[in-house]
Amino acid sequence: MSGIPHDHYEPKSDGEKWLDSRLPIVGLIYNTIMIPTPKNLNWMWIWGIVLAFCLVLQIVTGIILAMHYTPHVDLAFASIEHIMRNVNGGHFIRYVHMNGAALFFFAVYIHIFRGLYYGSYKAPREITWVIGMMIYLAMMATGFLGYVLPWGQMSFWGATVITGLFGAIPFIGDAIQTWLLGGPAVDNATLNRFFSLHYLLPFVIAALVALHIWAFHTTGNSNPTGVEVRRGSKEEAEKDTLPFWPYFVIKDLFALAVILVIFFAVVGFMPNYLGHPDNYIEANPLVTPAHIVPEWYYLPFYAILRAFTADVWVVQLVSWITGGIVDAKFFGVVAMFGAIGVMVAAPWLDTSSTRSGRFRPMFKMWFALLAIDFVVLMWVGARDTEFPHDWISLIGSTYWFAYFLVILPLMGVLEKPTTPPATIEEDFKSHYPDAK
Amino acid sequence: MFKKLAITAVTALTLSVGGVAASESGGIHDVAFSFEGPFGKFDEDQLQRGLQVYTEVCSACHGLQYVAFRTLADEGGPALPEDQMRAYAAQFDIYDAETDEDLPGKPTDFFPVGGDENAPDLSLMAKKRAGFHGPYGTGLSQLFKGMGGPEYIVAILASYTGEEKEEAGTTFYENTAFPGGWIAMSPPLAGEDVEFAGGVPNDLQNEAEDLAAFLMWTAEPKMMARQHAGFVAVLLMVLLSVLLYLTNKKIWAPVKGKDFV
Repeated sequence: MSGIPHDHYEPKSDGEKWLDSRLPIVGLIYNTIMIPTPKNLNWMWIWGIVLAFCLVLQIVTGIILAMHYTPHVDLAFASIEHIMRNVNGGHFIRYVHMNGAALFFFAVYIHIFRGLYYGSYKAPREITWVIGMMIYLAMMATGFLGYVLPWGQMSFWGATVITGLFGAIPFIGDAIQTWLLGGPAVDNATLNRFFSLHYLLPFVIAALVALHIWAFHTTGNSNPTGVEVRRGSKEEAEKDTLPFWPYFVIKDLFALAVILVIFFAVVGFMPNYLGHPDNYIEANPLVTPAHIVPEWYYLPFYAILRAFTADVWVVQLVSWITGGIVDAKFFGVVAMFGAIGVMVAAPWLDTSSTRSGRFRPMFKMWFALLAIDFVVLMWVGARDTEFPHDWISLIGSTYWFAYFLVILPLMGVLEKPTTPPATIEEDFKSHYPDAK
Repeated sequence: MFKKLAITAVTALTLSVGGVAASESGGIHDVAFSFEGPFGKFDEDQLQRGLQVYTEVCSACHGLQYVAFRTLADEGGPALPEDQMRAYAAQFDIYDAETDEDLPGKPTDFFPVGGDENAPDLSLMAKKRAGFHGPYGTGLSQLFKGMGGPEYIVAILASYTGEEKEEAGTTFYENTAFPGGWIAMSPPLAGEDVEFAGGVPNDLQNEAEDLAAFLMWTAEPKMMARQHAGFVAVLLMVLLSVLLYLTNKKIWAPVKGKDFV
């Protein structure tokens, strides 16, 4: 599978040969887990395994929860309480599922920012990056659908606000919103289809994950120096790489175990810390909560959505040009999806020929600012829109777009990168002088 | 790079902790409940007293529709003896769909819904209110003091000023802990509303705390089991981490040219 020269599986016994000539599945598994992996991967490369674990965890706990859950507006909230009170171990499984979503997003954000810093998205790994972004979008959709299922106040009003975003599309918005909801407002039809889709999407994600892995197994992993593995011969490649099993599997599992210490401490001792108390109030279409706040992992993009109000001159300009078709609400929706769109386009916006941020002095500072910007947007997304929060979200949103659309393209021209090591072996030896 | 960012984040967090102690939100004060912290336990006697307050005062208007009578006998809860739990359930008249009449409550029945439809159900009250916020939306005070649901309940019961006003035919009572300052619930407790067995003090603060502890249990009846499971899981993961750390070190030692001791 990989373009890096390495040993292949050779069937030895008659039984193995018999199977291999009919279905070479053992060879496929062998090539997958023995893939030559750059020696110098640091601890930022462990999040892929954490994410794979999260997907399995969410599917397993989710299937058990689905056995006891009832997708009906009159029964959904009570069925969650049934799980919490009467189902054997139900309270723990549900809290694992709730906080599992949080761990999933925490890991995916670090994974994405790792890719942005080390230039993992650059040629020849654009497809891996784009599929990764599709996984991220599918995760956002799955998380949102799942949050509606307990049928609490935030579930209901979150669903109302988010489907309302589609209603902002000019001309066809109302029709799309009605189609999504299965009626004029969030109701039983909405809950039923959200449950169905919440069960479906994780399997779509699993398929995308397979493609994601296939893609980067074809190009080989990126690494902190951004220098490619030498591929002249097997011997040369082996100086730069080690097989995934056991070196990286054990390393990743160690990291996963440490992360799970924290995860189970949260589940066991403060399972509702990341949630919103209002979701323990049953959904009531007649009472709007004082503040409708999405889950923390949507907040940066929620902040961008809210940043572009009718007071902002860009919004006024666009509204005037389009004759009012693009109003502030639709502008916000476009900005929110655009914020993810510019990330997807990063491989083509980044003009620098140096892959890793480690050797890009200017880039480092702008990237650090982007990471801070992300955290600030996450914070301001949960605040009200009074001054100074409106200004903070507007400045934060502007920087997000400026980073991808202006700074990344310009830096390739303006910046003078330092020299990366010639080989991965050299980088590894600079860390471990005694390495053979 | 990432290390530097992490250090900056941690420093920022520790610096802002200083501000936490100063910010008490809405007159809600931290109460040292026995069930708080990773090794906290519900106090059976306190839960039973809280049940008494609920039964004699709150149940006039408020229901506990998600709580089954049988759970009153559960370990890690009020742990009423079986016969007491049955006798307690039998005080309630519960509608029976099969015979179409009201029958004395059985252990498998649930507390009835409240008699006053404007009075919210109390089963989840301790989880659907967060007493502590901030500071500045960071959630740090919740991290150190807990969500504050039970504290909110105590504060609501103890924060009436005695002022009243009438609006659109409803009487509102001034309450400094309630968002907006005016609440439709008349002061339910004044102190010495119930007589506790064994002469346990029944002033307003004690009654309110006992009730809040009981409502924390109705909201999270499996809390003891959850903390125990969480503790075991953490312990196992720590053990697994140590084993994997050593395995990892051993595997990589020859590659890095180091000795594995």
